Amino acid sequence: MVSFLIQRIIGMVITMFFVSIIVFIIMELPPGDYAERWAFRKFSGTGTQITEADINNIRAEYGLDRPAWERYLNWIGGIVTRGDFGEAFAFQTSVNNVIGQKIWLTLAILFSTLIVTYLIAIPVGIYAAVRRRSVADYTLTVFSYLGLALPNFLLALLLLYITVTVFDSSVGGLFSPEYKDAPWSMAKVVDLLKHLIVPAVVLAWSATALQLQTVRATMSDEINKLSVTAARARGISERKLMLKYPARLAINPVAGSIGFDINRIFSELPIVALVLGLPELGELLIRSYLDLDMFVAGAILLLLTFIIVVMNFFSDILLLILDPRIKLEGR
Amino acid sequence: MTTTEITPEANTPAVTARESQEALRYYSATQWQLMWWRFKHHRAALIAASVLVFMAVTGMLSQFVSPYLTNTRDADYQLGPPQRPHFCDENGCSLRPFVYGVTTERDPVTLRPMPVVDTNIRWYIYFFVHGESYNFYRLFETDLHLFGVEEGFIHLFGTDSLSRDLFSRAIYGTRTSLSIGVLGVLIAFVLALIIGGVAGYAGGWLDYGIQRFTEIVRVIPVIPLYMGLAAAFPPEWSSTQVYFAMTLILGLVGWPTLARRIRGQLLSLRHEDYVVAAHLAGAGAARIITRHLLPAFTSYIIVDLVISFPYMVLSETALSFVGLGLRPPAVSWGVLLQDAQNIRTIEQANWLFIPAAFVVVAVLAFTVVGDGARDAADPYQVSGA
Repeated sequence: MVSFLIQRIIGMVITMFFVSIIVFIIMELPPGDYAERWAFRKFSGTGTQITEADINNIRAEYGLDRPAWERYLNWIGGIVTRGDFGEAFAFQTSVNNVIGQKIWLTLAILFSTLIVTYLIAIPVGIYAAVRRRSVADYTLTVFSYLGLALPNFLLALLLLYITVTVFDSSVGGLFSPEYKDAPWSMAKVVDLLKHLIVPAVVLAWSATALQLQTVRATMSDEINKLSVTAARARGISERKLMLKYPARLAINPVAGSIGFDINRIFSELPIVALVLGLPELGELLIRSYLDLDMFVAGAILLLLTFIIVVMNFFSDILLLILDPRIKLEGR
Repeated sequence: MTTTEITPEANTPAVTARESQEALRYYSATQWQLMWWRFKHHRAALIAASVLVFMAVTGMLSQFVSPYLTNTRDADYQLGPPQRPHFCDENGCSLRPFVYGVTTERDPVTLRPMPVVDTNIRWYIYFFVHGESYNFYRLFETDLHLFGVEEGFIHLFGTDSLSRDLFSRAIYGTRTSLSIGVLGVLIAFVLALIIGGVAGYAGGWLDYGIQRFTEIVRVIPVIPLYMGLAAAFPPEWSSTQVYFAMTLILGLVGWPTLARRIRGQLLSLRHEDYVVAAHLAGAGAARIITRHLLPAFTSYIIVDLVISFPYMVLSETALSFVGLGLRPPAVSWGVLLQDAQNIRTIEQANWLFIPAAFVVVAVLAFTVVGDGARDAADPYQVSGA
């Protein structure tokens, strides 16, 4: 067990190392460099003449004149040793300041989405497998097709449209206006939870569709196993039997793919957040890409991937606890 | 996971002459014929495939099908609602469909242009009318359009805030979005074939390295990764350059899934008896791959291509939607939906949402076709064709 954990942690570090290189390449890709954009942003419209020498000074100040590998080491070194993600030039402050609170809101959205996904997918998937070819089963098939075909951001737009036209209220944002700048209190948390429902449902939409299929398929396989027949022959009640044998195993693939689900959610989060006006990392990511504020974008991309990698790790451990057969194979 | 269903026709020896004829037809059919027979039985997939073919043909003939060009502005009809074609009204019926005449007046209070429908004026719709001239794929110059009106204008899907015909733009958008998907899938496929092929056939440390690399790339959430690459397009690029850069990005990020499949198939087939036999007979690596290994899983690859298609289309739409993909004057579904991003706009002009229906229909159709193709290509599911 301990050696397994150590192995996995080393794997995580190596993965994050390569990810950070890819992220750094993306940060370096846009034409022009940070100094030019910084100068443009700061002095455009002010009538100040900027010469090549000025830009070179800025370059020297930020260490942009040094080779790429040195800049990479500086950047990653700052993150690892001081937790310093660099400067957010569009906001004229540090990246840490900009990201700060948003990471908690992002995690809140992530976990509420996961909860909605599993609360729907596991029971409904099990039910559909037990009652195969029933109305519920067919409804589910149609729903999962729709779940794959209707992109989340369109669903978000649709929900916005319906709430605005029919209910005459907006679902956008994460806080009601009166709580927006208020300090954290119980009332604010309740308000946040209310606002989390719509984004969670929208983001859970396709993940649920996929997991429903997985649970239903595993469950259908397990129901036909001899162990189930044997247990039935021993006279165990049908309900207890289903929960004790096949349902327990049907959860395993779900537990094993938590990281995959999070990857999917993070992939869809930015656009959904943009449509729903959620003040979190994904929406900020799009804005900083559009502004070419690459230090912010790189930090967010790195953080999102880091969350996925960590959750992958937990997902493996969860699977290890849930499925005793894996331990035997692990040796 | 799939249960093997063996129907009696396929297994019991044929008795009557007619049955033996059929059995002969079945046993002598090529793999493609078998796939097609099985695919035919999947009714939903057939319908979906027809929808896709219809969309593709409409897209290819977009200049001809759409009554206007993408940037033609109809200043008299800004943000106008869709005009519905009628056959009948209180003034009597006509065999030729018509739309009502529209004049635009300004709202006295808000000064917003307001279209006023005049039910006494009929603008008749004619087929094969002469309109704006266009160049048909640099082949010939023509001004023929599928339909149009002789007087007034026709906007089946209404107009956008720059008074451009949404129907025409949606048709042109179909061409862009579908073709970007096709090119993206092709690039991903070629990359996957080369990289997955090398990894699967060579094995060893090369395989290990490629595997680890794809795993790491797949950890990063896809759309944010796409966006990061798309953000790097220089602003001075023309829309054609952006278009091809987009296909390249879609292909670059899309190949690992396909490569994984190809590698897996190659690895499992590499030690099959017939491959070993070919090897012993002195066949080279290239010949073994192309003659012996590839045909064995072509059907799988096709299914994977069909399945990966909707992701390409959706990615393009999503990127263009947020302004990081294609940009005006290019027209794609995502670019069109940019106008529907603002909740106030949709409230005032909900027809701007129509391109979303195109996206949903296309993705749904691809998903269903992919399902049908997967069932058809599964050689373990023996069924009487």
